[in-house]
Amino acid sequence: MSLKEKLVSSFMAFEDTVDVHSSVHDIRTEAIKTFEAEGFPSKRQEDWKYTSLNSILKHDYSVFPKHDNDIEFKDVKKYFIHEIDAYKIIFIDGKYASHLSQTTHDGLDVCLMSAALTKPKYKVIIDNYFNKIAKKDGLSSLNTAFSMEGAYINIPKNKVVEKPIQIIHFSTGNEAAVMLQPRNLIVVNENSHVQIIERHQSLTDNPVLTNSVTEIFANKRAIVDYYKIQNDRQSASLIDNTFINQKQESLAKVHTFSFGGKLIRNNLEFYQNGERIDSTMKGITIIGDKQHVDHNTLVHHIEPNCESHQDYKGIFDDSSTGVFNGKVVVEKLAQKTNAFQANNNILISDKASINTKPQLEIFADDVKCSHGCTIGQLDESAMFYLRSRGIPEKEARALLMFAFSNNVLDSVKIPEIKNRITKIIANKLGVNIGFDL
Amino acid sequence: MLKINNLHASIEDKAILKGINLEVKAGEVHAIMGPNGSGKSTLASVIAGKEEYEITEGNIFLEGEDIEELAAEERAHKGVFLSFQYPIEIPGVSVTNFIKTAINETRKAKGLDDMPAKDMLKMIREKSELLEIDRKFLSRSLNQGFSGGEKKRNEIFQMAMLEPKLAILDETDSGLDIDALRIVANGVNKLKSKDNAVIVITHYQRLLDYIVPDFVHVLLNGKIVKSGGKELAHELEAKGYDWIKEEVNA
Repeated sequence: MSLKEKLVSSFMAFEDTVDVHSSVHDIRTEAIKTFEAEGFPSKRQEDWKYTSLNSILKHDYSVFPKHDNDIEFKDVKKYFIHEIDAYKIIFIDGKYASHLSQTTHDGLDVCLMSAALTKPKYKVIIDNYFNKIAKKDGLSSLNTAFSMEGAYINIPKNKVVEKPIQIIHFSTGNEAAVMLQPRNLIVVNENSHVQIIERHQSLTDNPVLTNSVTEIFANKRAIVDYYKIQNDRQSASLIDNTFINQKQESLAKVHTFSFGGKLIRNNLEFYQNGERIDSTMKGITIIGDKQHVDHNTLVHHIEPNCESHQDYKGIFDDSSTGVFNGKVVVEKLAQKTNAFQANNNILISDKASINTKPQLEIFADDVKCSHGCTIGQLDESAMFYLRSRGIPEKEARALLMFAFSNNVLDSVKIPEIKNRITKIIANKLGVNIGFDL
Repeated sequence: MLKINNLHASIEDKAILKGINLEVKAGEVHAIMGPNGSGKSTLASVIAGKEEYEITEGNIFLEGEDIEELAAEERAHKGVFLSFQYPIEIPGVSVTNFIKTAINETRKAKGLDDMPAKDMLKMIREKSELLEIDRKFLSRSLNQGFSGGEKKRNEIFQMAMLEPKLAILDETDSGLDIDALRIVANGVNKLKSKDNAVIVITHYQRLLDYIVPDFVHVLLNGKIVKSGGKELAHELEAKGYDWIKEEVNA
């Protein structure tokens, strides 16, 4: 039985565990039909030309992890940004782990999707927002069909949430292979500000496939800072589908740090429904071995006077492969749009490769849109400069790679995240250069 | 200190240096002058160990040791320093962190522990005062957005921190206004001692008014064609290089 068949037939078993008379379930039923019709994407589709899921779909994943698995905080502390006080929504093999979490209903909701989808008091929000912006393609529909658990965050008007919110999905590997489908909904109302850190972490080398969907609504003048730390084991693969709907004057920024995992596909889409909106997405990808990271972005400029900024840096070693596919659509109404896109890459090994493709579809006539992509090697003159100062080749290489990706870190507003990322980078590059980068 | 015998070097099969002989003793200042394309910067890069150049013949000895097989960083650890004509920008790495890394890597190569932070700070303070560099400058990203003068001053600051035995200044005067030139030259002069040596590579005699050479060599088409005292620099300034070319051709 293929994974697709297994999933489709599991849906009936899933229905035994949920309220089939709810409006949410109508959405699920619709979604499983879409998945059944579309299935997993193949390389024949334009958007998937350079990323094949075949190697990760072949495992016999358990779709509903059976055990209640437990882990102790001390064993996983390092995956938290533990230096700072934060709200935490933590899952182990898809199940909520209350002892690792710190949720709240005090003036804001930082809690669970399972509660939001079932309790009457959340019904209005769910009716207004759930599955309203997620794409109706095969993968997102698959997630929607099985949507039950994940993070639910609702920030009321005029609220600056001081503490960041960490969402971490652990997988224990207690079953041979696990597929996880977390579903997150984040609503940030007028004038509010929130910072969110998301991470998926497997704790053993058993295969894990995560197909996650996150819907984010940034209402009028809201500010959303979202950090994705992707530094998982090489047995874990992640398909991250994140959709952001922005209202006027809102500001949404997503940083994606991709250092680990077997295969990562980031589908990141921004929809600008209002004027004077700013959408920013930045990324650093540093991979090696046979790792594969694919960034597929979309900014949809719908109304006038908005901006978007994209800046992705990639460093590829060994036989790793990267994809950057950045689409910017500027509708006819969206005059005075400023859209910038940059994708710069360094290939360290002859066997590494990157496919980078900007796609601009512009229907307005008074806009500023720029895009640029580069693929190169490390600058030999710069290497000589550092080495002539007594810095050995490996350390010199690391310093240059750090310098190359540095401007992406400039916009990280939480210093502890910046420290963490620079440490991961230094570790990844195998150097200790005597100071915190 | 430095002894170069019949040095030939080429890049991508194009011969640039065609038989250089040069001896620099401790305590001496040598100037190497010559028109564009004569091989001055190549000579500097070859001594410092740039890998793109292939040494096809000859030897380079530093304190009696043949160094041509050594990597650039190993030569640096042995006391060779090159001040670059075009220093490289390194965003995100401050001047201070960069120099700390360079010093501690050199110490590591010699089997020493890192320099204690207190000593490092003291040294940074002393050397930055010498070059009239202010604190704010030290926390900026290395060479990023620096003016021409700031870049060169920063090169000499690094030289002051690394205390090389042999310093090669490649076109350190280019892009400097007269005040910056004076500060840089003053720094070099204060760092000079009977135990180290300096090679100044320049187009113009201007810098040599401040850093007074013991010997001046004229490099032409990959060879040293004439050597003399500091008066040779004045003669070149007044008469250009054509008369030397004629002398060589005759």
